Amino acid sequence: MKGLLETLVRGLGNGSVYALLALGFVIIYKATRVISFAQPALMLAGAVAVSYLVEVTGFWLAVPLAALMIALLALGIERVCIRPMVGRPVFVVAIITLGVDVVVRVVVNAFIGRDVRQMGDPWGFDQVSLGPLVVQQRWLAMFGVTAVLVALLFAFFRYTRYGLAMRAAAYDQETALAQGVSVGAVFAMSWALAGFLAAIAGMFVGTGQGVEQTSWIIALKALPAIILGGLDSLGGAVVGGLTIGIVESLFQSYQGEYAPWLGQNFAVVSPYVVMLLVLLVRPYGLFGTREVERV
Amino acid sequence: MLDVRNLEVVYDDVMLVLRGVSLTVPRGSIVALLGANGAGKTTLLRALSGLLDVHDGEITKGSITFDGEPIHHLKPAEIVKRGVSQVMEGRRILAELTVEENLRVGGHTAPKDLAANLERVYGLFPVLKRRSKSVAGYLSGGEQQMLAVGRALMAGPKCLLLDEPSLGLAPAMVAQIRDLIVEINKQGTTVLLVEQNATMALAIAGHGYVMETGKIVMDKPAAELLADEDIKEFYLGLGAEGAARSFREVKHYKRRKRWLS
Ligand SMILES: Nc1ncnc2c1ncn2[C@@H]1O[C@H](COP(=O)(O)OP(=O)(O)OP(=O)(O)O)[C@@H](O)[C@H]1O
Ligand SMILES: [Mg+2]
Repeated sequence: MKGLLETLVRGLGNGSVYALLALGFVIIYKATRVISFAQPALMLAGAVAVSYLVEVTGFWLAVPLAALMIALLALGIERVCIRPMVGRPVFVVAIITLGVDVVVRVVVNAFIGRDVRQMGDPWGFDQVSLGPLVVQQRWLAMFGVTAVLVALLFAFFRYTRYGLAMRAAAYDQETALAQGVSVGAVFAMSWALAGFLAAIAGMFVGTGQGVEQTSWIIALKALPAIILGGLDSLGGAVVGGLTIGIVESLFQSYQGEYAPWLGQNFAVVSPYVVMLLVLLVRPYGLFGTREVERV
Repeated sequence: MLDVRNLEVVYDDVMLVLRGVSLTVPRGSIVALLGANGAGKTTLLRALSGLLDVHDGEITKGSITFDGEPIHHLKPAEIVKRGVSQVMEGRRILAELTVEENLRVGGHTAPKDLAANLERVYGLFPVLKRRSKSVAGYLSGGEQQMLAVGRALMAGPKCLLLDEPSLGLAPAMVAQIRDLIVEINKQGTTVLLVEQNATMALAIAGHGYVMETGKIVMDKPAAELLADEDIKEFYLGLGAEGAARSFREVKHYKRRKRWLS
């Protein structure tokens, strides 16, 4: 029982990171109908920015600064690479985001080199006792910070003028335009938000073990999360991310014992197995709109 | 205050849909624009609101001025800020948002006046106030039309463009919408009313235009239009033969629309 609960806490921690990344995908998708494959690069860039800034400003200032930097970077990418493509087939734009991802990662890799760069975070691999449980502090930090960010995000979409404008544009672009909403601004905000969230996720990916050139692969786990939650559902992205984190953590703890025939490290691929299963049963996800393509 | 001169609009670079339309909407008036399906009424309103881009349409000739200033090259947001708001054909409610959220989206360009405009709209449409927290998709057709009009009013427009507000509504509801248009106009908003329900439109308009295949073919005070034999025949469905013909045409058009979609 104790082991199971500790496994769940780890799952919620890592799942929070997948949720942050998944939210970025969904926010961009809802605003622009494009799946942006540039999220891994933005995540990596965020982590690397923290690792450099931390030496100058200290950790607590480095994180928001890095997140703002990456939000600006995402804004620039949208302006230069995506905006001119408005009206082109969605598929073409998605390919362009793939190209952006590669280019940004090449540049970021130059700042990483062969090192493992540390975040200078206060948690490392330190543990803390929660009653009878002993868990790593960073899992709690991931979950707590994500909970706050998700709450802020939902309040933004619900109560603010621009949040409502983004929802309107996501539902019906022409209607939003007719109300005087600038759809360009909506595109830009969606990318900036996704960049901000990706940077925070990157920082958490780097806590404890640090980041290296290959760390971007972790961002791909947001894909099973959005397939599970539904491409166009913010709540789905959160639930999907947490679920993928928990599934992975369960496999990490118990697969060796109960299903050794699946081979070593099955946990690493378990999110993708879940994704395939979901695609077979409910291709639009648990919370997604059945017919995601709207005319 | 709204002046359209020799407007030509082309879709997809090839389809000439408006062929030199001229029309004037004086300040404080209600002007009716009548015309059969496909005449180009909606296209004209799209041009006025800057929404042609969305449909691959383009103004190739002519001008639109509002309060003496050209507005045909402006973006939709800028046109709304100048004081021209459109209620699009088919209501276009944001069905997943609540009634109040729909209204707040309508007030996007006038955040400072949000509270005052909300109060005004709730005053005009008490039913929207009662249902302010309901999801808009659950409203009845008539309530959705009121929401669409209320949402456009949230921008505090000087000129309101209405595209077939009576479409698909029961007669009692049409009468209610008609009275509300009169009330909105009395409160100082100029109205350009696009309608196929000519009886309703001409009953409240001061002046009327009739459009056919992209051209204005008639332009008279509403009372004269109401008395005009041709209008009676084709738009009021009073001429015996005319009624049958247009009815068949309408049915045919609807069927075609269904095949195409
Ligand atoms: N996006 C578009 N692309 C190409 N042609 C279009 C487009 N929208 C409308 N048209 C064509 O332009 C013409 C005028 O259409 P419009 O919608 O302006 O007419 P309308 O008078 O509003 O008709 P209705 O009474 O059916 O609403 C029609 O022949 C229509 O097929
Ligand atoms: Mg029309």
